[in-house]
Amino acid sequence: MKINISHILRIIRFGGKNLWLHKLRSFLTMLGIVFGVASVIAMLAIGEGASFEAREKIKELGSNNIIIRSVKPPDANTAQRAMLNVYGLTSSDFRKIESIPSIANIVSTWEAQEEIWYLNKSTPGRIVGATPDYAETTNMRVEKGGRFLNEVDMDRSKSVVVVGSSIKNTLFAGVNPIGKDIKVKSNYFTVIGVVEAKIFSKGTESFAAEDINFDVYLPLSTARGFFGEIILIRNNFWDRTWVEFHRFIVRVEDSNKIVTTSALINKILESTHKKPDFEILVPLELLKQAEHTKKIFSIVLGSIAAISLIVGGIGIMNIMLATVTERTREIGIRRALGAKRRDIIYQFVTEAVILSASGGFVGVILGVIIPKIVSKFAGMATIVTLWSVLLAFFISVAVGLTFGIYPARKAALLDPIEALRYE
Amino acid sequence: MKKEIINLNNIGKVYSLGQVEVSVLKGINLSITTGEHLSIMGPSGSGKTTMLNILGCLDKPTEGEYLMEEKKISTLSDEELSEIRSRKIGFVFQTFNLIPQLTVLENIGIPLFYQGIDESVIQDKALELAKLVGLAARIKHRPSELSGGERQRVAIARALINQPILILADEPTGNLDSETGKEIMSLLIHLNEEGKTLVVITHDPKIADQSKRIIRILDGKIIDEN
Ligand SMILES: Nc1ncnc2c1ncn2[C@@H]1O[C@H](COP(=O)(O)OP(=O)(O)OP(=O)(O)O)[C@@H](O)[C@H]1O
Ligand SMILES: [Mg+2]
Repeated sequence: MKINISHILRIIRFGGKNLWLHKLRSFLTMLGIVFGVASVIAMLAIGEGASFEAREKIKELGSNNIIIRSVKPPDANTAQRAMLNVYGLTSSDFRKIESIPSIANIVSTWEAQEEIWYLNKSTPGRIVGATPDYAETTNMRVEKGGRFLNEVDMDRSKSVVVVGSSIKNTLFAGVNPIGKDIKVKSNYFTVIGVVEAKIFSKGTESFAAEDINFDVYLPLSTARGFFGEIILIRNNFWDRTWVEFHRFIVRVEDSNKIVTTSALINKILESTHKKPDFEILVPLELLKQAEHTKKIFSIVLGSIAAISLIVGGIGIMNIMLATVTERTREIGIRRALGAKRRDIIYQFVTEAVILSASGGFVGVILGVIIPKIVSKFAGMATIVTLWSVLLAFFISVAVGLTFGIYPARKAALLDPIEALRYE
Repeated sequence: MKKEIINLNNIGKVYSLGQVEVSVLKGINLSITTGEHLSIMGPSGSGKTTMLNILGCLDKPTEGEYLMEEKKISTLSDEELSEIRSRKIGFVFQTFNLIPQLTVLENIGIPLFYQGIDESVIQDKALELAKLVGLAARIKHRPSELSGGERQRVAIARALINQPILILADEPTGNLDSETGKEIMSLLIHLNEEGKTLVVITHDPKIADQSKRIIRILDGKIIDEN
């Protein structure tokens, strides 16, 4: 038989028509495939999102870096009014960590949440007292026309700042911020640079969400001079805390030594800090976490997908077997009028594939929507890739083919005379 | 002398139902020449339909030799038999055998579909034949919306669309009133006059008399021929 497009289209059209005659039945049969395909796409989207997020975060934090943060210990005294909370990283910690041989560089910061003003506009932001090598250590790049803090700014405790891109966008719409003065707590600072925008991804697990695009960097010495070392936070009462350094960022040259170095830092800090007032973050660990997330979702959704697809396939086979029985006489007629066995096979396999592919199509739509919902409510990044959609759709077609073959073969092998006599 | 299209040589057909063997056709010898009009008569259950199915390469005899255009049918594969049915034979069944979910036009076009012919060509030819059998106004209807006579005419149109050399009609007028029956028969006889070989099963002596040759079957044997 000559294969031509119009012939194939006609087989598909008649197949579709037959399924349309039993709309509810066809729809119910599709459901297994729908869920299977949706799960496949959602699984891949969540896995992809997790590793994308991890890669972005690593880019943001530096792949060879270890970050040590001061955290308020859980038993910190906040109940007593006049009490001063002292916790976190100190310059003695700094010197000890600095002397670890595997460490290439260490930078320290002092930070505070403040309202940032330009003329009559303001936005909450984070003041980061940093050293000139902070930019390099954190892979930060300054937009053309500006620069990052340098040694002179540091030595002279100059009132200069480098602002994050979101600060620029909210306060300086349409205005070049370089040379302009911003105000923080009645102190004025001259903007000397703008940091290139970084993609902000909500943190996963221990990596807290902080949008570094709202950072304002100024020399560490300047920060101490203007803001002192005691931070007053107004809760129900004045909460006074004293933190010398909020963050150390350590760069390890040899990435194989990151894990051992972070363990060593932990040991050093634990020996002097009685309270758990620091935490150590290893961006590289993020990849492991992402892999872990990916693995969990792969197992859970992968099983759902596999079960749904198998159940869906069996459902299709079941319905096709019923269809073949119902239409025995039609098969006899077609055979009598010249249909070959393979024509009958094509006809019924086509119907099975239309069923599964329609299920696949609906599943693709659901599979694109579900990750969006997951992103919205679980705060996880999800990425639906084209290839995952194609893969899932291909699987649905393959299921239709696999489970459609047996009923179709059964139909094709019917004796034409017996089929014609069937009541 | 005219060419022989069909030659049945000592054909027998046995159905085995478990232990019991039913011999439906016994020692049938028959030859039909091209362009002939033959009627087959006989009581119900005598084996007429079975014989027609064998002639139409739909059923295989359990005994004897069937030659169609000097070709041995028994040695052909299922695919080759399908090919013969598709190209050479036009079936008009006792029970119409239209496909319920297809329209009149689609039903008429089925045999060409299995020849792999283009859809537009099929549509044109099917419409032409629908006109021939007087159903041009009903092409979009489904078989369930037609009367018995109209269904039979669809079946005839379908049997003709592949321009068969052999038309096999199993009681084509059995379900029709005599007036409609006459119309259908004159349609078939007209085709026979155009050169197609026509084999008609009938219970109606008036219809049988329209053919030059009548064979009678009883209990699976040809008992009489004139
Ligand atoms: N597949 C089968 N299995 C068993 N017996 C069969 C089968 N097909 C036909 N028969 C038997 O063969 C005999 C002949 O049947 P056939 O259909 O050829 O009769 P017929 O002459 O066409 O009768 P009618 O005029 O009623 O149509 C019947 O007794 C029938 O029961
Ligand atoms: Mg009969």
